[in-house]
Amino acid sequence: MAGSLKDQSCIVGIGESKYSRGTPYSDLELGLQASMAAIDDAGLKPRDIDAIVIPGGFGTTAGDYAACFGIEDLRFTASLEEMGGAMTVSAVETAAMALVAGVANYVLIPFVARWYSGMKAREGTANEASRIPAAMAVRDFYMPYGMGAPPQYYSWMCQRHMLEFGTTHEHLGTIAVTMRRHAQLHPNAVMRDRPMTLDDYMNSRWVTYPYHLLDCCLETDGAAAVVVTTPERACDLRQRPVYVAGIASGHPYPAHEIPNRRDMFTIGLTHAAPRAFAMAGATPHDLDFAEIYDCFTFQTLQQIEEMGLCKRGEGGPFVMGGRIELGGEMPINTHGGLLSQAHVCAMNHIVEAVCQLRHQADLRQVKDAELGAVCAWGGHGHGSIAVLRR
Amino acid sequence: MAGHSADYGKPLPLMRGYTKEFYDFCRNRELRFQRCTRCGAWRHTPRPMCGDCQSLEWKWEKVAGRGKVYTWTVTFQPLYPQFKQDVPYAGVIVELEEGPRMVSWVTGIDPMQLKADMPVEVWFDDVTPEVTIPKFRPLKF
Repeated sequence: MAGSLKDQSCIVGIGESKYSRGTPYSDLELGLQASMAAIDDAGLKPRDIDAIVIPGGFGTTAGDYAACFGIEDLRFTASLEEMGGAMTVSAVETAAMALVAGVANYVLIPFVARWYSGMKAREGTANEASRIPAAMAVRDFYMPYGMGAPPQYYSWMCQRHMLEFGTTHEHLGTIAVTMRRHAQLHPNAVMRDRPMTLDDYMNSRWVTYPYHLLDCCLETDGAAAVVVTTPERACDLRQRPVYVAGIASGHPYPAHEIPNRRDMFTIGLTHAAPRAFAMAGATPHDLDFAEIYDCFTFQTLQQIEEMGLCKRGEGGPFVMGGRIELGGEMPINTHGGLLSQAHVCAMNHIVEAVCQLRHQADLRQVKDAELGAVCAWGGHGHGSIAVLRR
Repeated sequence: MAGHSADYGKPLPLMRGYTKEFYDFCRNRELRFQRCTRCGAWRHTPRPMCGDCQSLEWKWEKVAGRGKVYTWTVTFQPLYPQFKQDVPYAGVIVELEEGPRMVSWVTGIDPMQLKADMPVEVWFDDVTPEVTIPKFRPLKF
């Protein structure tokens, strides 16, 4: 395809605020902390930034950052609200497009999430100011039945998968326990020092069957940011560049109506993953690790299938036997993910993938990591995927 | 079940446009969905154009009100305070015999006893004088 984004952009800076439940900082303060860390990590100055892609949500705008950073001539801004939580990886795609088009030179992507002390996702779906872009269907046709929270409509998919393929709570629990184990190795993981066993998982209360409490991600406050530039500029900067080898976004159909899809498993990632891998000239089996948007245990399993690590229906057996643990064949969410590190809509997954590919992941390092993927999920199944290489 | 409108206290659909038309049929004891008059495709939730053939011609077509359980979730934690008295309750996706699926409740059964493909039939709950919510119950043979 003409205009491929393959290897045309690099992530050169990463930054994170402290992740926590509750924070004394405003959204913009959190975003500035993460952004300054990312800009400094790259060896740049704030005024070098000439484009800002705000994935979406939580109130900060490109203009807020530009005003603080003294950027008098901001060349390009964009926002990816339609993608829901997948807005983060899609923002990297937008940054890559801006760079390839020559519209900008250094793109900052700051993302703030205030899931603990701000409005919860389930509150957002029930009103017209929804963060999840499916407001009409939810308000008029789900909420009269008390169905508007992500664990509810995502567990419809989980239950259907259990019926069709025999997926079990042991499969789902293995994902939860593995993420928790990985979080023990990360100094900025909210669930560090709070280990969990499969029994803990099985005995945790039902939120909405088939989801236990421990099938559900954390609600935390925090921010993460990355800086993206061209390969030529990347070579002059402080860190070893991480190349965006392939990147794509996709949508389920119909996007805002889960019940009337032909099947419950075809999601945005189903469309996006083959595009991203083709662009990268790689296959899922070439990956050394994957960081997957683990809003709920089953959605992790579903993305494992839909990104092509195994066939649809085989995700349950795939996650067993240590395969997805550090040291296993395909480590997943080496930082603990949304389930056990923090919920920054996978901006933390991008940061972790860059750490891995720079070989800066300390105790969590995947040996000789050369190629990794980040998958993000949003709304009622939007998806995006970045294939990143060293 | 009519007559407890003022203190109903649960979320109601915004009664305008297609949504109002859908629920007004329910008040008349009819379950109707949009159906394309060119290609015959059903659609729900409502939208102005057929996604299959792009026709703008459609009508509200009545269904028999029988279907089966496609998937469900049983909510134990009162995620919404308005439903605190109802937990545990199941949000069920019912597949109508004619094809379209909808979110509803299946009443008259312990939600943990729901089974895939369980046959169900619609009933109409007049929750306020203006709004009637379609619900389902197990179909007895």
